[in-house]
Amino acid sequence: MPRVRPGRIIAWTLLFIGGVIMVTPLLFMLSTSLKDASQVYDLRIIPAAPTFDNYIEILSDGRFTRWFVNSMIVAIIVTLSNVFFDSLVGYTLAKFRFRGRYIVFVAILSTLMIPTEMLVLPWYLMASQFGWLDSYWGIMFPGMMTAFGTFLMKQFFEGIPNDFLEAARIDGLNEFAIWWKIAMPLVTPALSALAIFTFLGNWTAFFWPLIVTTSAELYTLPVGLSSFAVEQSIQWEKIMTGASIATLPTLIIFLFLQRYIVRGVMLAGLKG
Amino acid sequence: MSVVAHREATTGGFWSRTSLGQKQLIWAWGFLAVPLLFYVVIRFWPTFQAFYLSVTDWTITKPAEFVGLENYKRLFADPLFWQVFRNTFVYLILGTPISLMISFIVAYYLDRVRFMHTFIRALYFLPFLTTAAAMAWVWRWFYQPVPIGVINDVLAGFGIPQQPFLRSTTQALPAVLAPAVWAGLGFQIIIFLAGLRAIPVTYYEAARIDGLSEGAILRKITLPLLKPTLVFLVVFSSIGFLRIFDQVYNINTNDPGGPLNSTKPLVLMIYQTAFSSYEMGYAAAQTVVLFLILLVISLVQLRLMRDR
Amino acid sequence: MRFRHLIASVALGVATLAASGARAVEIEYWQYVFDTRVKAMNQLIAKFQEANPDIKVKQTTFPYADYQTKVAASILAGQGPDVVQLFYGWTDNFIAGKMIRPLRAEAFPAADIERDFFPIVSAMKRGNDYYGLPTAVRSLALFYNKKAFKDAGLDPNNPPKTLEELIAAAEKTTKRDGSGNITSAGMTLDMTGQDHQWWREVLIRQFGGTPYTENDTKVTYNDEAGLKALTFYTDLQKKHKVGQAGFMDEGQAAFRAGLAAMTIDGTFRLGSFGTIKSFEWGVTELPANAQGVRSNYASYFANAITTKAEGEKLAAAEKFLAYVSSPEAMNIWMEVVGELPARRTAALTPENIAHPIYGPFLKGLEYAHTTLFKDELAQRQVAIDMVNRVLIGNEEPKASLAKAAEAEQAILDRAKR
Repeated sequence: MPRVRPGRIIAWTLLFIGGVIMVTPLLFMLSTSLKDASQVYDLRIIPAAPTFDNYIEILSDGRFTRWFVNSMIVAIIVTLSNVFFDSLVGYTLAKFRFRGRYIVFVAILSTLMIPTEMLVLPWYLMASQFGWLDSYWGIMFPGMMTAFGTFLMKQFFEGIPNDFLEAARIDGLNEFAIWWKIAMPLVTPALSALAIFTFLGNWTAFFWPLIVTTSAELYTLPVGLSSFAVEQSIQWEKIMTGASIATLPTLIIFLFLQRYIVRGVMLAGLKG
Repeated sequence: MSVVAHREATTGGFWSRTSLGQKQLIWAWGFLAVPLLFYVVIRFWPTFQAFYLSVTDWTITKPAEFVGLENYKRLFADPLFWQVFRNTFVYLILGTPISLMISFIVAYYLDRVRFMHTFIRALYFLPFLTTAAAMAWVWRWFYQPVPIGVINDVLAGFGIPQQPFLRSTTQALPAVLAPAVWAGLGFQIIIFLAGLRAIPVTYYEAARIDGLSEGAILRKITLPLLKPTLVFLVVFSSIGFLRIFDQVYNINTNDPGGPLNSTKPLVLMIYQTAFSSYEMGYAAAQTVVLFLILLVISLVQLRLMRDR
Repeated sequence: MRFRHLIASVALGVATLAASGARAVEIEYWQYVFDTRVKAMNQLIAKFQEANPDIKVKQTTFPYADYQTKVAASILAGQGPDVVQLFYGWTDNFIAGKMIRPLRAEAFPAADIERDFFPIVSAMKRGNDYYGLPTAVRSLALFYNKKAFKDAGLDPNNPPKTLEELIAAAEKTTKRDGSGNITSAGMTLDMTGQDHQWWREVLIRQFGGTPYTENDTKVTYNDEAGLKALTFYTDLQKKHKVGQAGFMDEGQAAFRAGLAAMTIDGTFRLGSFGTIKSFEWGVTELPANAQGVRSNYASYFANAITTKAEGEKLAAAEKFLAYVSSPEAMNIWMEVVGELPARRTAALTPENIAHPIYGPFLKGLEYAHTTLFKDELAQRQVAIDMVNRVLIGNEEPKASLAKAAEAEQAILDRAKR
């Protein structure tokens, strides 16, 4: 039995304190959202008289629910699109041998070097010419596929033995079915990693939705929150409630799926 | 056509074998058709267009006209650009080493902790899942002067004079950077943990048998073997800090990038040029400069990290 | 033959449908989001539609920060409003972008406008054409916390009348903690709010200068008067220590929280301050200088007709514009939003002038000035930076003022091209 050394205890304690400091902003945000205007300047973490009035007021006005739904729609559709197309392209580049394969791969990979900010103005121009400003499609179109996802999926598909696929081919499955029914189930960890990253990225995205959306009905949560906060003329309890509403969903999902999310992040980080 | 087709063509019936290869080819390009169209229209074409726009005087209200390098000349003569350029690099130079240092130390010790490991890891990871635009408001509130500012209240409790934070040209940038570092730590810690796990235990055992100290093991085994992880994190987080926007925009909505432009990064300048002043051509030139900066930084870092 | 009949009748049916659909003209109205403004506009639209059953008005709103960009982008994309609300200071931008059209003189004769409206409406005039009309105008006044006055031993019914009295009252009402930090300000300092207007159109004039000449295209505040005005303002924090820029984040937030005794703000803040329950507040005219000279800054959002409105939509848009700038609409607007009627007769009723809240604002309107901004945001930024250089950067006011004058002149010159 190894004895617990004092160094270990100190390290553990420091790590624990650090961890608590890390979540302090979140705790303050939550606690302030449960205070009314008269308690805001009382900086205790546990509210003296907790109240859900802020939540009731903000949620009953309907905008936050709308923004929440918008964010969900956008993040889910973009995630599905990435899971489908990135893996389809990754699979094709990993498992098919044809002339031009390498060029396609390099071309797609090269887009990683181009910052979104550079494309934003042409996208804006494109969106205004095609009437995509202020629409779900306008928010979503730039992110429907990503080079990062394609690269990630290619890495994972390369790890699948060709025999599996050959066997399916002999069984008479067509290529699409081979990909969808045989190859895809073999890379589910990678798919979940891709899905987690894409969802999180789109859920928290601010820059492009801020530019492309016009009317409050189409805001995503981050953009809505930002405009809401400005409009509240610095009523901190209201702003913190809005921030909590924007932040809590991902935190709650995390509590349930912690294992998968952490594993997904590790996978994406290592292979990516 | 393809390698497979050639190899198989020699072994079996000519027609049927070739047609399988051709079928494969059709399938492959069929799979790629929509994605390729996407990449051409949504990625490549806009890239060229950005370069083109940067040499025009396009504004929202006026069609684009070719003006040569006018935008670039104006940009390099603009003192604001150089200030913004400096700020952008300060975000990078402070942000990357600080966040990597903290996350490595946490990961290094967390890796050895068993008691409540998952819980502590979760504490560090949670901020990564937050929305930067939302958390900027929380931090904005933290930085207020007394009587409402949380940090200044704590400082006052220790008898430390109140700090201006966002109302100071020297403290504002680190104050804006802090939430970005804070939110990124969780990700970096997880990646470091994965990197540490990937180092075979036998290496450590061998080192201990050789009587190496913990410090020597860290220097001679852990760090060198972590290099791929480190390269990834350095490049990844550098790009993140060079593109900082959400926090800056939200933490000071009345004077974005202020006070006196001391926190303004390049992306915010681009946003303001394009969407407050409508000078799209000028903004496009700024995006090209951002692209070049990112390109050079990534290449230099990859080079440096590989050589060492 | 039968088939042909069928087609003919279908075609006829479609035509009738289309015609009946077209009978109710729908026009779109845009303004920025502000709770009471949206409510007031909804009431106006309801009344207008009642009187004009053949016209439907659809209201769309956006947050203020992105408003201009969104309007510009939409109109140029061929979408967007038929009638649009715009800040008078954006007029040049909107005309240059061919977004709004001049009002037809037959429908809106210039002579009538000049007879009925407050003179600041002339900021909507280019050449002989008016490009829009306001429903309401806004001016500045000094809000003060009566409770804070009482607590400091001041008469809550005798607010400061001069700049000197302002400083004296601010000094009495300021509270500090043991380390000298302000815990409750006497006077708010917030250049990002209305203080830049106060400095530009009020303080400079009170110290004997003029902010601009040549239709506000030439900066003339880089002189003794401008310097005195700037020093007066920055001394509130540096010398008298009665306020602190950034205290409670925004000046209005400090006042509403009861942590500032006085703040300068506009009519549009009445709604927000109206919800204050913890103390009583009052409004008074902006303080005069030692010689009794007063000034004020007035501004307004005007409603204009866009270039998108054509044919019957144009006719409908004109009707709607005429209604929202009618005395009836102005009274509804004042009740709901708290902004002052833009027509003299509607505004200057004895009842309004005697009103404890509207009165001071209305008096201010009589001697108010309006800055013809070329780029409101950029010019505001110049003033913000000028004060920040003094307060944060500890720069000499003189040097900071010179830099501001130069920067603002550059903005004005760029806009001329």
